[in-house]
Amino acid sequence: MNRQLATGAAPHIPPSVTVAGTMRQVLYALVPGIFAATWYFGPGVLVQILLASVFALAFEWLMLKLRKRDLRLFLTDGSALVTGVLFALCVPPLAPWWISLVAMLFAVVFAKHLYGGLGHNIFNPAMVGYAVVLISFPQEMTQWLLPRPLAPGAPGLLETLGIILGGAAPAGWDAISGATPLDSLKTGIDSGRIVPEIRLAAVFGDFGGLGWEWIANWYALGGLYLLYRRIISWHVPAAVVGSVVLLSLPAWLLDPGSNPAPLQHVFSGALVLGAFFIATDPVSGCASNRGRLWFGAGVGLITLAIRRWGGYPDGVAFAVLLMNMAAPLIDRYTRPRIYGQ
Amino acid sequence: MKEQLLILVSTVLANNFVLVRFLGLCPFMGVSTKLAGAIGMSVATAFVLTLSSASAYLLHRYLLVPLQIEYLSTLGFILVIAAMVQLTEMVMRKTSPLLYRILGIFLPLITSNCAVLGVALLNIQEQHDLLQSAVYGFGAAAGFGLVLVSFAAIRERVAFADVPLHFRGAPIGLVTAGLMALAFMGFTGLANL
Repeated sequence: MNRQLATGAAPHIPPSVTVAGTMRQVLYALVPGIFAATWYFGPGVLVQILLASVFALAFEWLMLKLRKRDLRLFLTDGSALVTGVLFALCVPPLAPWWISLVAMLFAVVFAKHLYGGLGHNIFNPAMVGYAVVLISFPQEMTQWLLPRPLAPGAPGLLETLGIILGGAAPAGWDAISGATPLDSLKTGIDSGRIVPEIRLAAVFGDFGGLGWEWIANWYALGGLYLLYRRIISWHVPAAVVGSVVLLSLPAWLLDPGSNPAPLQHVFSGALVLGAFFIATDPVSGCASNRGRLWFGAGVGLITLAIRRWGGYPDGVAFAVLLMNMAAPLIDRYTRPRIYGQ
Repeated sequence: MKEQLLILVSTVLANNFVLVRFLGLCPFMGVSTKLAGAIGMSVATAFVLTLSSASAYLLHRYLLVPLQIEYLSTLGFILVIAAMVQLTEMVMRKTSPLLYRILGIFLPLITSNCAVLGVALLNIQEQHDLLQSAVYGFGAAAGFGLVLVSFAAIRERVAFADVPLHFRGAPIGLVTAGLMALAFMGFTGLANL
C-alpha cells in the first residue's frame, strides 16, 4: 500500500513501518518463546504452528479470492501468519489437526474478513478462534502435556504427527499428560486445600508452573524486543501485568492460603503472551495511550476474576475478547484533547 | 447483601439477558446503530425494568395468588409493563424531549421487549422476594444496557469498515452479537461464588 503513497524527489528517507515489516518483527519476537515451548512440550508445538499457519493462509487466500482483493499484497503481509502462530501457541501440543481448522475458519473468515479484513476487525482473530474451539471442544483443548522434566516418555516427532494427524492414542497417555498449574490451583482451591499445599505438586516451579514460567520469560524477552523496536507501546503490557499484580497482592497478603501469589498469577497460563502479543493488537485494541491503559487494566482484572471465580482455569482469551468489545467505547471517552481547545 | 450482589453479577455478566439468555434481541438490534440512542434506551429500559419487575411481583403476590388466578400472570404482567412504559414515556417527554425524539418508536416498544416480560416471569419462577425482584430487574437492565451500549459503539465503528456487500447492516451486526456472546461465555460460573 505504501508503494502508491511514496513521494518522489528530494532525498527523503521513507519510514520502514509497513504491515509486513511489523508482522515480521512480531514473528521474530515470538521465536525465543517458541523454542522454549518446544523444549518443554515437544515437537507438537511446532506441528501445531505449521498446521495453524497453513490453515490461516488457506482461509486468507480463499477470502481474498472471494472478495476480489490483491492476493499477493495481503497474503504476504504476514497478518494471517501471526494469527495462526499466536493461536497455535495457545493450544495443547497434541490437539488433533481439525482443532486448528475450525479455529482458523472462525478467526480468519468470521472475525477478520467478514469485517473487511486487515485493519477492520473488532475482535482479535486468534482469540476468537481459540475461544470457539475452547467452548466447542473442551476435552481436546484441556489435555495438556506435562513439561519435559516430568514426562520422560514424551512422544517424538513421528509419534506426535501420528497423534495429531491420525488421531492415534499416544502410548502411556496418563504418564505424559496432566493438569496444568492453573487447573491444579483451581481444583485444589475448590476442594478446600490451601495454596502452599497445592504448590507442593511437581507441576509447580519457583514462582509459576514448572516450564511455563520459563516459556513466559522468553515471551517477555520477545515482548521487550517489540518495545525496543517500538512495534508496541508500553501501556498495554504494563497495565495488564500491573493490574494483575496490584489486584492480587492485597488478596495474597490478607489470605495467602486461598489466593496465589501475584508472581504465580503473572507467570501462569497465557498472561505474559497475552500482555505482550495479544492484548497489544493495534487493530482490536484502543487507539490512545490513556485508552490502552484502561484496556490493559480491564484485561488484567477480567483475567483474575475468571481465574478466581469463573468456570475456566485461565481467562486471558476471554478477557481480551471482552475488552475488544469495550474498546470502541473506551476510545470514544479517551479521545486526546484537540490541540488549542 | 451478598445474595443481592450475587443476583447482580449473575444478571449483568454470567446470565446476561441478551447474550446468554437471548432475550430482548429486537431493541438490541434495533436501537444500536447510534450510541446516543443506545444510551437513552438503556436508561429508559433500566427505569421500566426495575419498576415493572417489582410491581409485577406485587401484582402476583397480592392479587393473582390470593384470587388463585396465576394463569393470568402473563396478561397481568403485560398490563403492568405497559403502564410503566406509559409512565416513562410521559416523564421523558417532559424532561428530555430530545431523547424522546431519538427513541421515537422504540420507547413504546419496550412494552414488547421480551426481556421485560421474561424478568417478571423468571422472578415468579425463581421465587424471589420484593427486593430480590427489584435487584433482578435492575441487574437485567444493567446487563442489557452494558451490551447495548458497547454494541452500539462497535456498530458505529463497523459502519466505516470495508464489510463485504452482503454482510452490511444487520448480518454483520448479528455476527458481532454472536462473537460478543462468545466472549461472554468467559463469565460462565462467575455467579456461583
